[in-house]
Amino acid sequence: MNFETPDFLPVVPELFVLGMACVILLVDLFLSERNRVVSYLLAQATLVGAALLTVGLYSPTDQITLNGTFILDSMAAVLKFCIYVAAFVVFLYAKDYLRARSLFQGEFFLLGLFGVLGMMIMVSAHSLLTLYLGLELMSLSLYAMVALQRDSVVASEAAMKYFVLGAIASAMLLYGMSMLYGTTGSLDLGVIGDRVAGGAVTDLVLSFGLVFLVIGIAFKLGAVPFHMWVPDVYHGAPTAVTLYVSSAPKLAAFAMLMRLLVDGMGSLHAQWQEMLILLAVLSVVIGNVVAIAQTNIKRLLAYSGISHIGFLLMGVLSGTAEGYAAGMYYAIAYAIMTLGGFGMVILMSRSGFEAEDLSDYKGLNQRSPWFALMMMVLMFSMAGVPPFLGFWAKLAVLQAVISVDLIWVAVVGVLFSVVGAFYYLRVIKLMYFDKAEDERPIEAAPDLRYTLSINGLAVLGLGLFPGGLMALCTAVML
Amino acid sequence: MFAELPLLSLVIWTPIVGGLLVLATGSKRGGLEAKVIALIASLLTFALSIPLFAGFDTTTAQMQFVELAPWIASISVNYHLGVDGISMPLILLTTFTTVLVVIAGWEVIQDRPAQYMAAFLILAGLMNGAFAALDAMLFYVFWEALLIPMFIVIGIWGGPRRVYATLKFFLYTFFGSVFMLVALIYLYLDTGSFGILDFHAAKIGLTAQTLIFLAFLIAFAVKVPMWPVHTWLPDAHVEAPTGGSVILAAIMLKLGAYGFLRFSLPITPDASASLDWLMILLSLVAVVYIGFVALAQQDMKKLIAYSSISHMGFVTLGFFVAFAIFRQSGDNPLGAAMGIEGGMVQMVAHGFVSGAMFLCVGVLYDRLHSRDIADYGGVVNTMPIFAGFMVLFAMANAGLPGTAGFVGEFMVILSAFKANFWYAFLAATTLILGAAYTLWMVKRVLYGKVTSPKVAALTDINAREFLFLGILAIAVLGLGVYPAPLLEVMGPTVDNLVQHIAASKL
Repeated sequence: MNFETPDFLPVVPELFVLGMACVILLVDLFLSERNRVVSYLLAQATLVGAALLTVGLYSPTDQITLNGTFILDSMAAVLKFCIYVAAFVVFLYAKDYLRARSLFQGEFFLLGLFGVLGMMIMVSAHSLLTLYLGLELMSLSLYAMVALQRDSVVASEAAMKYFVLGAIASAMLLYGMSMLYGTTGSLDLGVIGDRVAGGAVTDLVLSFGLVFLVIGIAFKLGAVPFHMWVPDVYHGAPTAVTLYVSSAPKLAAFAMLMRLLVDGMGSLHAQWQEMLILLAVLSVVIGNVVAIAQTNIKRLLAYSGISHIGFLLMGVLSGTAEGYAAGMYYAIAYAIMTLGGFGMVILMSRSGFEAEDLSDYKGLNQRSPWFALMMMVLMFSMAGVPPFLGFWAKLAVLQAVISVDLIWVAVVGVLFSVVGAFYYLRVIKLMYFDKAEDERPIEAAPDLRYTLSINGLAVLGLGLFPGGLMALCTAVML
Repeated sequence: MFAELPLLSLVIWTPIVGGLLVLATGSKRGGLEAKVIALIASLLTFALSIPLFAGFDTTTAQMQFVELAPWIASISVNYHLGVDGISMPLILLTTFTTVLVVIAGWEVIQDRPAQYMAAFLILAGLMNGAFAALDAMLFYVFWEALLIPMFIVIGIWGGPRRVYATLKFFLYTFFGSVFMLVALIYLYLDTGSFGILDFHAAKIGLTAQTLIFLAFLIAFAVKVPMWPVHTWLPDAHVEAPTGGSVILAAIMLKLGAYGFLRFSLPITPDASASLDWLMILLSLVAVVYIGFVALAQQDMKKLIAYSSISHMGFVTLGFFVAFAIFRQSGDNPLGAAMGIEGGMVQMVAHGFVSGAMFLCVGVLYDRLHSRDIADYGGVVNTMPIFAGFMVLFAMANAGLPGTAGFVGEFMVILSAFKANFWYAFLAATTLILGAAYTLWMVKRVLYGKVTSPKVAALTDINAREFLFLGILAIAVLGLGVYPAPLLEVMGPTVDNLVQHIAASKL
């Protein structure tokens, strides 16, 4: 048997994150409570370093290495970069929040980094096994993070629920993968893609496998009817963790969707399209309608997130390169918006006060006109009103579905975005039209203030000049 | 000397930048700085829009003052601006009305004046953008974005039921526009461009045309508003502060009518021709039925709101009667052009008149804090100068010859005659109904004995109020006596439009 040394260069960012995570694990042991910030800084440095490595290693040609289990293509590079940025922002928002609740421990950042590593592996997976490995690494980190506040009953319940449901979903996915392996005889997504496309396998088992894969993906994305965990986890977890769960993992789940359905089973598009239509339409309808009834902003954003996932799926289900690009654009746009949304919740909260109730946002315009404006920008963006980022994401997705003559799907989408506008407007109403019950001005550290402002302005800026990001997503998919 | 400047960009961005500046200065010291900056920005914008009129070439139907730059390359969206005889007068109307609104809000708005002024300046820029956009996506962005400041204006400075009114306003309009978005995307995929002029040239089948027409109809009918999707307007008008009502009536409603001229008619002429009965029916219902509804109102603002709906019915009638004329008398573009021109004149006239009427109600409301007709009576005794203005505007609202209100209505009725006697007959009832509800209101508010002690204590208008009412009086009389410049500006464009819609696109 001859053993070739694989090309490790494309895997360097992953190795770097892994190495740094181990270093932080060790360093954190020797830090006193006062110096805990060192772990935080090291974690942020890791993300910056990984970003530099990913950018530095970028090449326009696809590189497959480690015996065909790992791929570094443009999509992977762009999504990884976005994941680093999202995690960086999450850590930054989380810092003071955690400190005020004596959760400022190395574990949060460590688990966060391991989660990032898992996502990186998912994004770059070229084999069913790698994909599963990355997924589990990410999921286990997330379960543990949700449970970080171990004295809190809601948090423990959320973690338990997340873990049990997540385990079932993983099992489904694994079952689907085993069927896929059984019919095609390979774990390599490229080989699977060729065999499925070649028509060599037209088994019923393959269709069954596809169904299980879609269920697993839908669960990780939080699409209806596999969304049950989303509101409870978003609500129960400490806001800093919610921020993490709601942003970067969606990018990774999008990558998983692309790898499995498009790379692996692209030729079965007609079959999975119908499933995705169902998921997308249900998500948009149920997410938007149920969000109206929420009085807790974290639950509201959770249901709004479900509806956004529906739109994301609309892009992918079209089965065209433009549609995939639209889905990716939507995923990135959603990550930016949800970071801002939960960032606002963190900004408003103080030690002993979570600012979770919608009524806590009453009269924000009197207390802080600037952040009321930022929140308004975020809300209008999520509602899909131009000239904000969320509008262009919706536009791209609608274009994709209309281009494949699924006009009814687009009409359902826009109709329920009108329904959705109602609850976003209600938040704005509370901030602008109601009197403040709590007149105290907002207190927050400057780094949180500046990042949140940049976050809000990015939603506006990317809305006024959406061309760059849109072109990037298109270039990646073509 | 102005020809080299990107005038359209300037009239869009000057007020927006001005608005941001105003927002940045904040409301300290009663917002004096904010108000001064707002006044300067609005005057500057108005000044910048004058060369659009002065330098306008009235011999061509081509787009003028064109600016073109790529905006979003990957979906070929361009920053494409230009005006023709249809949009240029509306931009002028916008910049003009904005100055009045800034003056009208000067002393009245005590709560957060900087945000108030900023909202109106930004609104002005966005409305100019919507009128000047030649790229459908650019148009859509402006069209939707201008809901945001209006939503805020009604919600913060509105009356007791402001939250209900503003949510209704936003959701109604948003509901309408999303269908337009789907139609625009369809057209983009069909033509490969978002250029409105490319849409005009596109050949489209009848089924697709009908669906596109209906999608546009929902969007524009809500905005105009046409019966039966008008119910947001009385609520919004009643609850909005005076400035909001003025902008809403004078300009935002025009956006809907403008949409018909810019999108529905030229992009889907065949569908427009086959569905013109529907449009004429809805327009006549608005004119007659809503006229009667206005008669029954007890609230001055509601009355004027319903009168606006009724008058806007005239506008849409004028636009769509063209197709009936084609059928009636083969190629008689003259009658058709008269209907469309009449609708256009009516739009501008209604902009002045309804704005003036709302400002008059605002003047009364600032003093008595009531809009109920029953709370007034005999105002002429204590406010003679104001009464003079209000009577003039009321006459214009009723369509008295010599005022702006007459010209457009007369042209539309004349053109309706060419299509069908009964159209004209029903439309002409507005001359009676309009006079009835307007003058009856004036009688009850201004004349009679002074019964209420509050009315007895009224003081007449001050110099600031005299200024904006006086300017509007000149505009109303000027347009009524000498509408020729306006007709001259829009003539070639309308003739071109008539030729365009007379030819089938199938």
